[in-house]
Parts: sequence; C-alpha cells; structure tokens
Amino acid sequence: MTVTALLFASYAEALGSDRVELTLAGNTTVRDVVERLRAMPGGSSLPASPLVAVNLTYAGADQRVESGDEVAIIPPVAGG
Amino acid sequence: MSIRTAIVRGAIDVAALLAEVASTANGATILFLGYVREMNDGRAVTGIEYSAYGEMAERELAAIASECAEQFGIAHLVAEHRLGALELGDVSIAIVAAHPHRAEAYEASRFVIEEVKRRLPIWKREGYADGASEWVNAGGVAHEQPAQEQQ
Repeated sequence: MTVTALLFASYAEALGSDRVELTLAGNTTVRDVVERLRAMPGGSSLPASPLVAVNLTYAGADQRVESGDEVAIIPPVAGG
Repeated sequence: MSIRTAIVRGAIDVAALLAEVASTANGATILFLGYVREMNDGRAVTGIEYSAYGEMAERELAAIASECAEQFGIAHLVAEHRLGALELGDVSIAIVAAHPHRAEAYEASRFVIEEVKRRLPIWKREGYADGASEWVNAGGVAHEQPAQEQQ
C-alpha cells in the first residue's frame, strides 16, 4: 500500500522534500511511517516520536495507517 | 452567532475585525494582536516567514474557535492568522472576542491564543540582522512529545 508523508519547515529541509510517497506493507502504524522516514537520508534529525497528523487530525504512534492516507510529520509548532 | 476564523496571506484589517463582532449584546470586546518584534532570545530580528500545513491549520483554528464558543459562551469571535513574509511591526495574528461581560471576553481571548501556540500547525523562520535565519522552536529532542499528549 502507498501513503503520502508530508514534511514541513525544519523537517522538510532535513529530508530535502516536503512530500514523500511511501510503499509499505499492510498492518502499518504511524510509528512505522516515522521509522521509514528516519531511515531516509537526512531523516535522522526527525525525533523518534514527532507530532503526527493523519488525514488532518493529530494521531498517536500506534494509530493504524491505511492506503491513501496523508501522514503529516509536524515539527514543534510556532504559530502566533 | 458570529464565529469566523481564517488563515490569510495579506495584511490583517483590524478595524474590519472589530466591526465584524460589533453587537449591542456585548458589553466587552477584547482585541489581541500578535506582532513581529525586533528582538528574540537576544538576537536582532529583521522579519519572520510564516508557513503552515494550510488545510489542517484552517481546521484547527476553526476547532479552537468552536471550543472557545462552547466553553465561554462566546457568540462573537473572529481570529485570523497571517502567513508569508512579515516585517517588524506587522500583525501576525488577531483575535477579537466579544461577550456581554468582560471576564468571559478576556478568558476567551486568552484561550484562543494559548491553543494556537499549542496546536496550530504553523512555523516561523526568523531572519536576523546578521543575515542568518532559523526555524523558531526547532530545538529537537526537547520538543519531542507523544502525539497523544497534544490532543
């Protein structure tokens, strides 16, 4: 299955991209997506447990990820 | 009931926001403005580039306003957050909360800005007088938290 990982701000700079298509086995969680990203070049600067949103809603590391989901890795927010 | 939020790219028209919540039902209106300021952590700032996870930021800001309306009985609330390249003195966020009584208006305004700081997916890259620029808050491990605690 395929999911789209979105990267922002410092994380996008670290991986050199703001969007990564990942092909994963079934039965996948948010944690698996993060691990795949951390294994990519530049990915080591992502924390092991970053904030993540799945399909625009904050999600925990154990949340299941389905094919077609949009998984956003959220750097520490700095709005205001 | 007049609750509206927006993520915008142009200058925020503060007078228009105040007019938007105007109602003879309200005895108090609190206006909060966030500005790009000239110093941060001892460094001279020249400007801030704001970026966002746009679609989620719009949803989260709307959710914050909705929670605020419910929690404080606020019927007139408008909040706008600006993105893009801002200069010193530019308004980055405006929150206007109006209520029949001042206590609720103050609390509602504070609630919105604190929730924005906590969960709105927006980032800022500060530019400094020495030509450098850095992501604000991107300190790494110190900010690492399980997502569940951010709900």
